Amino acid sequence: MLNSKASKVLFGPILDNNPIALQILGICSALAVTTSLQVSLVMSLAVIAVIACSNVAVSAIRQYIPGSIRIIVQMVVIASLVIVVDQVLKAFVYDISKQLSVFVGLIITNCIVMGRAEGFAMKNGVFMSFLDGLGNGVGYSFVLLFVAFFRELFGSGSLFGYTLMELDRNGGWYNPNNMMLLPPSAFFLIGFLIWAIRAYKPEQIEEA
Amino acid sequence: MQALRNILDRVHPYFAKGGVLEKAYPMYEALDTFLYTPGETTKKVTHVRDGIDLKRMMSMVVLSLIPVTLFGMWNAGYQANQAIEKMEQAGAPYEFDWHHTVQTAIGLGHDPTSFIDNFAYGAIHFLPIYIVCMFVGGHIELVFSVLRGHEINEGFLVTGLLFPLTLPASIPLWQVAVGIAFGVIVAKEVFGGTGRNFLNVALTARAFLYFAHAGQISGDQIWTAVDGFSGATALGQMAVAEGNAVASLSAIQYPWGEGSISLGSAFLGTIQGSIGETSTLLCIVGAAILIAAGIGSWKIMAAVVGGTVVTTLLMNALDFGSNPMFAVPFYWHLSVGGLAFGLVFMATDPVSASMTDTGKWIYGGLIGFMTVLIRVVNPAFPEGIMLAILFGNVFAPLIDYFVVEANVKRRAARYATT
Repeated sequence: MLNSKASKVLFGPILDNNPIALQILGICSALAVTTSLQVSLVMSLAVIAVIACSNVAVSAIRQYIPGSIRIIVQMVVIASLVIVVDQVLKAFVYDISKQLSVFVGLIITNCIVMGRAEGFAMKNGVFMSFLDGLGNGVGYSFVLLFVAFFRELFGSGSLFGYTLMELDRNGGWYNPNNMMLLPPSAFFLIGFLIWAIRAYKPEQIEEA
Repeated sequence: MQALRNILDRVHPYFAKGGVLEKAYPMYEALDTFLYTPGETTKKVTHVRDGIDLKRMMSMVVLSLIPVTLFGMWNAGYQANQAIEKMEQAGAPYEFDWHHTVQTAIGLGHDPTSFIDNFAYGAIHFLPIYIVCMFVGGHIELVFSVLRGHEINEGFLVTGLLFPLTLPASIPLWQVAVGIAFGVIVAKEVFGGTGRNFLNVALTARAFLYFAHAGQISGDQIWTAVDGFSGATALGQMAVAEGNAVASLSAIQYPWGEGSISLGSAFLGTIQGSIGETSTLLCIVGAAILIAAGIGSWKIMAAVVGGTVVTTLLMNALDFGSNPMFAVPFYWHLSVGGLAFGLVFMATDPVSASMTDTGKWIYGGLIGFMTVLIRVVNPAFPEGIMLAILFGNVFAPLIDYFVVEANVKRRAARYATT
């Protein structure tokens, strides 16, 4: 269905050019919102929506944006989309939106969104930009869900809120790893993921 | 002995390049050089200085750890037996676990005045921890060495002994396994193996457990290996004291009533704590061995002590009565907790410490300063030496960099080069 360039744009950011694992962008939210899978999933969907839509919007008006104020224009587009996403979350999943708190608003400052708008959407057509936004959003989500999977499993003994390993303080057998509930554990997990990806694709290793 | 040598020589071709077991060469090499002096000789010009190698260095560290290890085993048993006896007299409830079953199976009891009873009961606690640590850590090391074709060396003997000594005797064994696995993989193998770690491996493993499973490595229930016992350590007691921190040590609440810790017992080490760290006296013995063998840097040790003393005097001067920890004198800081153990065996780790002479003074001073700062100012952590040393490790390369740069500048200025 897609030609080779389009599929490269769409699937490349998942492993070959992952925004978090290779470009090391958008780390902050990967630390903040990954204590449970449910919250991470909602965050991922929010980011995918914002990147895809902002790429489309920026790409559509790219011929009319004066070069000297392009960053401001991109910011306005992204900020408007984030406000829309925030309102949608508040309307439909209020509890999760409360847990995400400021981090939805902080999608505006997520380097990945801004980077794709500036780096890709300003130079490419609307459809390609859409695919690129989607691909990068999915690449971001992949890392987020990977981290959240391990943090929720080992930190709380559950997945998506369903208890898999009964905690000892609730009468079960599992002694939870409290470090997994602290942000530094996300650094370790992202580090392990980067290690694994680079062992699989050695061409990603930077020259020392 | 010659027979053993012959066997090793006979199997050598299998492990050499092109042999069937080529992949397992590191295992062969490790056994061979552990049993015999390596056969290689220097190929280029002769060494002028003593050709001390990693093997001898690490073996000396293990040797210097033997006094604290033996004392730690005795003390772990002594603390437990003493608690059992006193709780029995006071009628306080406690439970026995499998350690007690082993102790009675070999025909020993729980008499705190009997050297054998104490030493055996401590050994029954320490040895499983040590064996689990060596087994798990050693196998991880083996896998990485085989995959990367590195030699397996004695470095892990040191880490594998230091780590159990920093743990309480009551630690669950699975946590020992998880902790050492994390330490070896994250602090050492990720960065390329022995000699490339920028953090002390044993302390990284301990810090992981400290944050991951705080319930089993901090608090007043865990330091003495008797289920049902509770009683604050010296630092724990001082941290929560009201009024005079040192005076509060004479009235610590135990299940059988009040007890006390004197400066003498804190120095000798007959107090509860992590297995190897209680005795400041034997840490000084270890320090003497390390310095005499030229392995541990006396500059780092002196700098940590200096940093501790200066910071403590500063805290004493700043004491406005709001926090009793401010008034604790330096000789108490040096005697209680793991400071002595950490400064002798952990801070001097030649890989993760500063390399330059000036850097060593700065690095040690920083560790002493941070230890006192954490102990005195941070109410959440009674002990600070572990985090202080890790903090120092992180700064060591930076300190070295600036020392070297300053030297380059000074010499450039001397010759007025542009």
